[in-house]
Amino acid sequence: MADTLNAAWAEAWLRNSAAVVAEHRKELIDLDRAIGDADHGENLDRGFSAVVQKLDESNPETPGACFKLAAMTLMSKVGGAAGPLFGTAYLRAGTTVGESTELDSPLLAQALAAARDGIVARGKAEVGDKTMIDAWTPAVDAATEAAEAGAGPADVLEAAAVAAQQGAESTDPLVARKGRASYLAERSAGHRDPGAASSALLLRAAADAAAAAGNGAGEAGASGA
Amino acid sequence: MSVGLLIISHSAKIAEGVCELAAQMAADVVLVPAGGTDDGGIGTSFEKVQSGIEKADTGDGVLILTDLGSAVMTAESALEFLEDAQRNRVRMQPDVPLVEGAIAAAVAAQTGVTLEAVVQGAQSAQTGAPAGGTQGEAASAEPAIAPSGSAEQPAEPSESAIALSPEPAGGAGGVESASGDVELINPMGLHARPAAVTAQELTGMDADITINGVDAKSVMLLMTLGLKQGQTLHVAATGPDARKAVDFVTGQAADGFGEL
Repeated sequence: MADTLNAAWAEAWLRNSAAVVAEHRKELIDLDRAIGDADHGENLDRGFSAVVQKLDESNPETPGACFKLAAMTLMSKVGGAAGPLFGTAYLRAGTTVGESTELDSPLLAQALAAARDGIVARGKAEVGDKTMIDAWTPAVDAATEAAEAGAGPADVLEAAAVAAQQGAESTDPLVARKGRASYLAERSAGHRDPGAASSALLLRAAADAAAAAGNGAGEAGASGA
Repeated sequence: MSVGLLIISHSAKIAEGVCELAAQMAADVVLVPAGGTDDGGIGTSFEKVQSGIEKADTGDGVLILTDLGSAVMTAESALEFLEDAQRNRVRMQPDVPLVEGAIAAAVAAQTGVTLEAVVQGAQSAQTGAPAGGTQGEAASAEPAIAPSGSAEQPAEPSESAIALSPEPAGGAGGVESASGDVELINPMGLHARPAAVTAQELTGMDADITINGVDAKSVMLLMTLGLKQGQTLHVAATGPDARKAVDFVTGQAADGFGEL
């Protein structure tokens, strides 16, 4: 397994994200229809399609440049709350990795933590509010723990992806305290939070891109999608 | 120039409508709508917000007003990208009602006041009821109608419904106070336009002035009084321009705010 992840991985992550969001578009719309305004799947699909288009037009040379491209595009194109939230997440991750061309496990864990902190700064949500933070915070904790234990980047991301999925599932019984779903109060219980669900998808896409890069795809990680 | 306003809404129609409404009372203020997504859908656009800040920034500052939560987040994201110098003259006031806040802020901006004062204007829309302090002022202003002993010219009701009682400086401080009552004679009463004209003119005067207990420099508070034709305005002011302020209000009201 590779000790570091590069721009090819970052690009593959974004392209994988676009693919999984497109694949789960209807599911996300249905989740959001239950407790929100039914636009989350469509908004994210539009946003990540635009990210792919931007990646085709330019050739970001560092992971940080990939993240910043995603940040600007998602902020512009998503429209709903997910735009500034995921946009800020990618922006902070991009700032954290800076000009680095190779990301090792500790830096990767730091970038994920910065992304989560950006979402918290923007949305003011805490764990238990039934938001994407319920997926992100366990993911960051798991990634940090794995990195400290000496795991490689692919394993760090795998740990994050698994924790994010569990975190998303943990939102099912919660009563929403932030965002549009909070208007529903008690009626929001019994539905998974769409933002937590999409966050888990994005972190799964990151882990899959890293696994592909680690399986000898190397530089070709970018061509995976 | 004056402070510019950026109105961010999930709907392009709402943003444009709010600007249109506010422009009626603040013809010289730069009012920029940033509503809807790039492709005209419901949502907010980072790019529209970013370019909107540029358009609204006259150099004297920008006040951003928003509708629902994610509009605030989009605006905050855009602020994060500004240079410090520009960011320092951009304020956001997320918790005020959009329509009322925009009108109150625009009226304040029209008078050429500072960004801080425009922000306060927007904040005045937050409070449906007059603040506690202004109630007290109104109560303490009552005696001004019949000042004890000191009035060289006793309050003399003029032929019209106007009753003025100038009270000369209460001694050392040189603080003027004045008050007066006038009946509203125009059919619409103290509706939006006269409230705006009144608040706008009074903002330029050096006096604390209340109408029926609310801050008369706040168009929103004046409108919340809901005063109708036939009702009486009680105007009370303290400060160097007290007399001028009371004369202005009573004069305007007696003239039916030019609507007769």
